This record gives sequence, structure tokens and C-alpha cells, in this order.
Amino acid sequence: MKEYRLLSTSGILGYGYAEESLRIGMAREPHVIGADAGSTDPGPFYLGNGTSFTSRLAVKRDLRLMLIAARAAKIPCIIGTSGGAGGEPHLAWQAEIVREIAREEKLSFKMALIHAEPDREDLVARAEAGLTKPLANMPELDADRIRRAKRIVAMMGPEPFIKALDEGAEVILAGRSSDPAQWAAAAIRAGMQPAPSWYAGKMLECGAEPTTPKEPDCLLVTIRDDYLICEPPNPIRRCTPLSVANFALHENSSPIHHVEPGGLLDTSNVRFDIETERAVRVSGMSWTPRPYTVKLEGVELAGYRAITICGTRDPVLISQIDDYLDTHRAKVLAKAAAFGVSPDSYTMVVRTYGKDGVMAGWEPIKQITSHELGFVIEVVAQDQDTANAVIAMARTSMLHADFPERLCKEGNMAFPFSPSDIELGPMYQFSVFHTLAPKDPCELFPIEYETVRN
Amino acid sequence: MPKIRDIAQICKSKNAGPFLVTIDILFEDPARYRAVKATGVINEALFARLYGVKESDVLLTPYDSANAFKATLPRLVPAGGIGDTDVYGAQQHAPLLDVEVPINL
Repeated sequence: MKEYRLLSTSGILGYGYAEESLRIGMAREPHVIGADAGSTDPGPFYLGNGTSFTSRLAVKRDLRLMLIAARAAKIPCIIGTSGGAGGEPHLAWQAEIVREIAREEKLSFKMALIHAEPDREDLVARAEAGLTKPLANMPELDADRIRRAKRIVAMMGPEPFIKALDEGAEVILAGRSSDPAQWAAAAIRAGMQPAPSWYAGKMLECGAEPTTPKEPDCLLVTIRDDYLICEPPNPIRRCTPLSVANFALHENSSPIHHVEPGGLLDTSNVRFDIETERAVRVSGMSWTPRPYTVKLEGVELAGYRAITICGTRDPVLISQIDDYLDTHRAKVLAKAAAFGVSPDSYTMVVRTYGKDGVMAGWEPIKQITSHELGFVIEVVAQDQDTANAVIAMARTSMLHADFPERLCKEGNMAFPFSPSDIELGPMYQFSVFHTLAPKDPCELFPIEYETVRN
Repeated sequence: MPKIRDIAQICKSKNAGPFLVTIDILFEDPARYRAVKATGVINEALFARLYGVKESDVLLTPYDSANAFKATLPRLVPAGGIGDTDVYGAQQHAPLLDVEVPINL
């Protein structure tokens, strides 16, 4: 019976894993090792800013052990969505860390860098040719939306990975990629069936998340014929039908239909069966090829942001907090207008922790029972100076505004920090969330090869 | 009457992309899942009522393979947008915990 083994070190490169898990996992002789480095989950900022949401130190630690293990075993090491968001600066950052590790550890290999930030004018031409479609109630993609985006990435499927492996790449760093694609690619290329290969990718994309206790760590998946087996190398964890089923629901709007580049993974009839005390067999998935589409993700500048954090312990104020915040808003509005900043040139949001700071408009509990309330005030404006000016006025008004029956005449709020106002810099928002039908699955993803020799 | 917090093993929320939040309730015991499903308590109207959204905006899928219910709702604010309170969408499950389900334990 043919089988293919894949070792994922962690859910996100840089979240850490036990070195012992890697050692045990490698002893099972996986055919490929890797990690997905990215997600849109930390929000639009990182794609826009060209930086990673993980630290260089943590990423370098995770990568170093993986590269050493992969080169010793002579198996490919694949990183998906490099640098967290998979744009050009993210990929360059990831590659630089790999080169540095290679120098320090005297490693030599053929490296592939798969780019995923398509040319803007090429995208405009494709959008104008009717090859894009909006997702999630977005408007149609037009030239203006494409051109004003700070950064747009396309999400690759398995084909660019397969091409790089065919060319002999031993280390692959990909730009933005569909989370399961790097795994599906290696397995499909080895002759495994698409359905369990894609499903394996879904299991591997977050490392040990399908295990219990669920923490960042390694996961080994073995694909055989039409099923797969999930097992964590770390002996303190195990896969159970519940832990695997839990992860099967992860981050998808539907548990039964998973749209991927080139097809649909149908999981309606999946079974989760106990294979051993620590391993679960998953079977019954199917794969239906569909017209090929890739997802586009893009962000645009929304303004510049500043925040301040404070809290109150005053029961008189807490009892009338909604009225107080209305008064506060009116004072900020008047005072900002007085120094020349009109109300339509900024947005101020006050989050009240202890009331509805977590769920906002979805919070069903209206009564406040806490003896203290925390506030995070946010101001977004078209430039940083305006945001800074309004947040400074919001801070001082929060501290000093009068209210009925007030006893705390010296100040209404406790501010934990000096400086109290925090400049958050540019703020981005998702502006492109569309599909694109390419002629060829690889055409948007140029591959650059590099011989790393030490 | 038992509440969801007493009978489910997992109740969680998370983004499904930047514009949607998805909420899952899982049961370890298939018989308990089937009993809960048979009551009909977990439906689109429940999510509409708890979260103040339109029933037609709730995508509810009972998933027998996983002994689970999944509900997906449009987020109030896109992840990371002005006024967003939960960038990862990981803390929107709590109103479900106290929902009563008429089954015998």
C-alpha cells in the first residue's frame, strides 16, 4: 500500500513547537516538512504595511530547526504564505532569514521563491475583461479599486509548488497561498488522490490544532489511498475524533463545502474513526474539479490612527456612563472644531470594557455589574497629526468632563501610561476580496530559483 | 433544563475570512448531538435573536459527521475596521452558552 507522510511543524511559522516533537516526527521519515506562515486573521495591517505579525527571532528559531532537519533527511521544506501575508516584502523578509540560517548552519540547497503579488495593470486588464468576481458582498473590482490598494496578493493553488518541486527545489518559500495548497501539492505530485491530499492539507495547515491539548506544535499526517491518518508526534498530545472534528470546522463558513483553486472539497460524508489511542483516521471526502479560480486579497489605506487607554472606579460615573460618553463626545466635537478639525474629518470610537467592549452591538447583556470599567478610545483621521490632536482632546475630556453628582473633582479616569496617547500609524482596510479566473494556474505566480551554497 | 454550556464539549467562534464570523457547537457523544438536533432549538431564528441579525443572514449547517452545528454570520465591522472589537472573532460565542435545550440527561 502506497503511503505519503507530511510533517507540519506549527500552525504559523514563528508560533513555536517543541524541538522533541520535530525529532520524533522526523523519525517517522516524512516525505515533506513545512509550515504555513500566514493568515488574514491578524487583520489588514500586516498586508498593507509589508511586515510580519510574527517576530523575526521566533520565526528564525522555528525555521532553523526545520531547515537543518530537512537537509539532513534530504526532503523538501515548504513555507506557505511567507512573512505572514505573502506579499513581496514578506517574501523578501522570509528569504533573508533563510539565507542567514543557511550561512550560520553551513547549509546548501536549491531554493524557490514563488511570488504572489501580481502586476497592477495586468490585474486591471483582467478585471476589465470580466475575469474577476466579488466575494462577501464586495463591489465589483474596477480599475480605481485596484490602483488605490496599498497591496494586492493572489492566493496560489498547488500548481506553482508542483512546478518548483519538479524543478528540483529543496526549499520553497511561497508568497500568498491557499493554506492547504502546499501540502496538497506535495501529495498529489507523489501520486496520491486529490481528495485525501486536500483534506490532509486542511489538517496540516495549523500544525497540532487537531489535537488535544490544543497548542502550537507539530502534526504528522499519513495519506493512504482514499483516507488519511492524523497523529501528533508529541507524546503529551493525541488526536481524538472530537479534536479532529473540531478542527475540521475551523475558519470556514460551511463545514461541508470547501472551495479551493481548481475544485471543491466535499466533506459531507466524512468519518472520523479512532485508528489508535493517539491517531484518528479520516475518510469519505470527495474532490470535484471546477473551473480554476484564485482568490485576490487587497487592502487600502483607511487613515491614521491614535488610541488612548483608561479606566474608572467611580460608581457615580459608572451608573450614568452612557450619558457621560454622550457628553464626552459632544465636548470633543466642539473643542476639535474650535482648533479647526471638523467632525467629518475624523471618526472616534469608544470601547467600554465591562459593558460591551468585546461584543459591541452583538452584546445581549445590557446591565453593568462591574465595579470598574475600562475604555479604549480610538480616533482615525486622514493624517496622523489630526488623529493625534483629537485623541489628545478625547483623553483630557475623558479625564475632566463634569457630570451630575460628581465627587471625583480632580479627575474621572485612571490612565495607566505616560505617554497616554498611542500613535498607531497607518490603518488599512480590506478592499479587495475577489476571485480571478487565470488561464493557467501558474501564470500569476512567477518562480525565482536561487542556489544557496555555504 | 440543561444549557448548552452543560451538554456541549466545544462552543467557539472565529473569523471565516475578514467579513464573516463562524460559530461552532460540538458534541462528543453522537446520541446527544442527535437528541439536541431533534429538539430543533438550534436554528437560524436562535442566532437571529441572540445576535440581533436577520434570519436570512444566518448560514446554519448541522454537520452530522462531526456531531456539530455551524452558524456563520456577517460581521458587524470587517476584521480590523474602524470600531471592530474582535479582530480574530474569537470571543463571540458566549450568548449561546446559556441557551436551554429540552433534553433529558
